[in-house]
Amino acid sequence: MLQTEPLDVEKIRPDFPILQRKVHGKRLVYLDNAATTQKPRQVIDALVDYYSRYNSNVHRSVHTLGEEATEAYESSRERVARFVGAAPRGLVFVRGTTEASNLVRFAWGEKFVKPGDTLVTTMMEHHSNIVPWQLLAKAKGAKLRFVGLLPGGVLDLAQLEDALRESPRMIAVTHCSNVLGTINDVAKVCSMAKKAGATTFVDGAQAVPHMPVDVQAIGCDFYAFSGHKMLGPTGIGALVGRRELLSEMEPFQGGGEMIREVFQDHSTWNDVPHKFEAGTVNIADSIALGAAVDYLDGLGMTRVRNHELALLKYSTEVLSMVKGFKDYGPQDLAMRAGVISFNLADIHPHDLATILDEEGVAIRSGNHCAQPLVTWLGVPATSRASFCVYNSEDDIDALKAALGKAEKVFKV
Amino acid sequence: MSSADIYRELILDYYRNPRNFGKLEKFDIDAHDTNPLCGDEVDMQIRVGPDSKIEEIKFTGKGCAISLASASMLTELAKGKQLEWVKQVSKADILKMLGNPDLGPSRIKCALLGMKVLKTGVYGYMGSHYEDPDGSDSMR
Repeated sequence: MLQTEPLDVEKIRPDFPILQRKVHGKRLVYLDNAATTQKPRQVIDALVDYYSRYNSNVHRSVHTLGEEATEAYESSRERVARFVGAAPRGLVFVRGTTEASNLVRFAWGEKFVKPGDTLVTTMMEHHSNIVPWQLLAKAKGAKLRFVGLLPGGVLDLAQLEDALRESPRMIAVTHCSNVLGTINDVAKVCSMAKKAGATTFVDGAQAVPHMPVDVQAIGCDFYAFSGHKMLGPTGIGALVGRRELLSEMEPFQGGGEMIREVFQDHSTWNDVPHKFEAGTVNIADSIALGAAVDYLDGLGMTRVRNHELALLKYSTEVLSMVKGFKDYGPQDLAMRAGVISFNLADIHPHDLATILDEEGVAIRSGNHCAQPLVTWLGVPATSRASFCVYNSEDDIDALKAALGKAEKVFKV
Repeated sequence: MSSADIYRELILDYYRNPRNFGKLEKFDIDAHDTNPLCGDEVDMQIRVGPDSKIEEIKFTGKGCAISLASASMLTELAKGKQLEWVKQVSKADILKMLGNPDLGPSRIKCALLGMKVLKTGVYGYMGSHYEDPDGSDSMR
């Protein structure tokens, strides 16, 4: 398939059983993809197949089922790693991006962060890329510093430059904002950080599902993402890390699988990545995440990005005609993912989401787990529509019509 | 029930022109709470009269139409009542006050935020602690 050929949404939609359902008697128009995406039949089948054909523990049992499960689990690791340009042995399966940042907080932070150190994050982060570093800073007597934004919702690189003069221990930055859709030039941020000797943690939760990602090209130390935002199941995600760094780090959780040898007075650790995968791992969901990656690979991530960019262009055109519509994202759509954070007249986002739901249109409302950013926007909350491979212009038209209905209800 | 029913004229009116909105200069009770799900915030201040009556009550806040209208209507209802009355107010009373809108589990927290703030303040003033029976903290 040529990467220039547009996605055929009509062919994609039947793969997603949930899109057949009605909400309040209306066609489901699912535009809450930044919160979680729907799952194609291929992913659901992978779960059913594992549980009905070869459910077994991995890395332990030598019987046929055990071998099949281990093979499927490790093959999934390889495909997920390859999908983001990483080495399979540098990919740790975790519950999601939140567990990834917390793993780094404990396993890396325990060893490398000293009292008086500075950690740096930004004003556009999800709480999962703020709170773990707050906790780490507190535990270690370190300081957490925020890099601010320029009008339009892009990172202020001058502020980053300034923060780097403090020789911070770490820079934690998102690849793509879950509120504004801003795509950060993380390769540039990482190269700046590297020169200053800082370790880099990139939150890729909103990037990996929507655009080609190559962690080698980005040059980060850690990169994290969540399966459920990329057509995969909940409860599974990945932390990709430089192998030398992962090897130097302390373990995260202690238990089975993560050890090499256990004595009464001490233990030694298993190789990376198993050192960070204590206990029976989430086998089924890891395998299904492999199926999600295969699905996205089959579509081609450049085509996925182009599809969502075209939808974004169409939406900003169509929605800007709605009276009282205010869009908070960057105007340069080339540096923005398929996310629109907006407000409509004086209607509170929560009320708006309730009215839209009656029209079958699912959006998110609130602070999107990014309170510092929403505070910076100077609003109590925003509404957010976010796109995925199965969305079409019809969905945007339905959103526009539902916004019209909301204005009527609120007599705007 | 459709949104036209939830967002009746009455609720929109209280949302856009909230009664008893503001701060008291002199007050005996000052309570505050938030609903982290949507970022709604409500503050209430009460001046208590010699006979344990709610002499004056004002609120401030930011949030959706349902939470602000509900808080505002509740202040009107509470004014002049005994503090004991606050202890008796129930979820059903609040929903009735709002015209029994059909609210799902997350939106009902918006409707009840004002009541939670009022009860927290009054219980504290009377020397006890208000335990939210609906556990609206469960969403945190």
